[in-house]
Amino acid sequence: MVSFRALLLRDLRLAFRQGGDGAMAVIFFVLAALLFPFGLGPEPEALARDAVGIVWVMALLASLLALDRLFQGDWEDGSLDLMALSPLPLELVVLAKALGHWLVSGLPLLVAAPIVASMLQFDADGLPRLVLALALGTPTLSLLGAVGAALTLGARRAAVLVSLLVLPLEIPVLIFGVAAADPAAIGDGTTQFMVLGALLALALPLCPWAAAAALRQALE
Amino acid sequence: MIMRLVTEGLAAARGERALFAGLGFALEPGAALVLTGPNGSGKSSLLRLLAGFGRPTAGRFLWDGQPLTDDLDAYRAQLHYVGHQEALKPALTVTETLHFWAALAERPLTDAKVPLQALGLGAKAATPCRFLSSGQRRRLALARLVAWTAPLWLLDEPTVGLDDQALELVAGLIERHRAGGGIVVLSTHQPLPLAGAQTLSLADFPPKRVEVSVEW
Repeated sequence: MVSFRALLLRDLRLAFRQGGDGAMAVIFFVLAALLFPFGLGPEPEALARDAVGIVWVMALLASLLALDRLFQGDWEDGSLDLMALSPLPLELVVLAKALGHWLVSGLPLLVAAPIVASMLQFDADGLPRLVLALALGTPTLSLLGAVGAALTLGARRAAVLVSLLVLPLEIPVLIFGVAAADPAAIGDGTTQFMVLGALLALALPLCPWAAAAALRQALE
Repeated sequence: MIMRLVTEGLAAARGERALFAGLGFALEPGAALVLTGPNGSGKSSLLRLLAGFGRPTAGRFLWDGQPLTDDLDAYRAQLHYVGHQEALKPALTVTETLHFWAALAERPLTDAKVPLQALGLGAKAATPCRFLSSGQRRRLALARLVAWTAPLWLLDEPTVGLDDQALELVAGLIERHRAGGGIVVLSTHQPLPLAGAQTLSLADFPPKRVEVSVEW
């Protein structure tokens, strides 16, 4: 699909030219995670125990950072009108934008997560599981975020509102993401990985559909 | 293919406020309809309705004899909508912007030079949109009309911010489009030299006052 590719490439190009969003998410992720040794104290055992939870919560918050701008800019300057008029179904517009959001602010977290986890004294043997869990979970976060961003389009203080809407929905991802990557958990995490995969498989069709409905409302 | 645009008994509202009612027109190939009326009379809303955004509160549109909502996607593939906003991203260049629009419409351009030159933007091809003046932004949005063809043009205040030379250019584009059997609906406050254009003042179609009778 020419239009899907064009939209995705444009979003990536904009993200790289304007710098900001993607780099900001990673920097926030690293800096915020590194606050924990100061807050919790530097005992390696305590940090290692909480490392998975810290990494996941920070990844979740970092994915929220650029979310309110996902559709806002395009809506304000009329680009969203053109997207709605294009032969590309609005659901696929949402999918392209969510994919762009994940590539810009989710994928870099997968690279940064092992570094952050290591700094939190997390056992290196558990790193592949942590990265895999994040790889399965963060796309779901971007998709859920797209629904929140579409629903709050045009609202004042959309950034805060998106967080309030989306955070409760992201709790399942957090629970199973942490359980999948936690070396102290029982089993090898296969069940949790399957649930994370199932959540993604559910979010993939449902979130674009819901977000597209919200966008149609906003465009009237 | 002969395309006609017909609307019957159209009424629309923005939020709680009724804009117009009982509006109807029929446009044959080659027709131009100029919407006039005071600010807030619903010109932009009518054009957005024609582009398939939202639903009228009453009445219907027929495109090619079919209600518009029957196959919205097929209808939308046959129109150009140039709204108030130019949909430009400051970080993209003029050429990139036009290429993106065309690809988004599934009409990829091989060469963006021709439409840009047609709108007098040839020298600005590599300029990021943040450096464009408001008239140049307008010209770039209108370059879509040349970049790929569509039988129906919906233009919301296409001439705002344009100089006299660009004004003539746009009028020329519209006339050429009509000569080829295209239909144009546009709103404007500046008179455009269009031969035999119909004019429709939205002020002539006031919404019916709802009589609120209070009976206890």
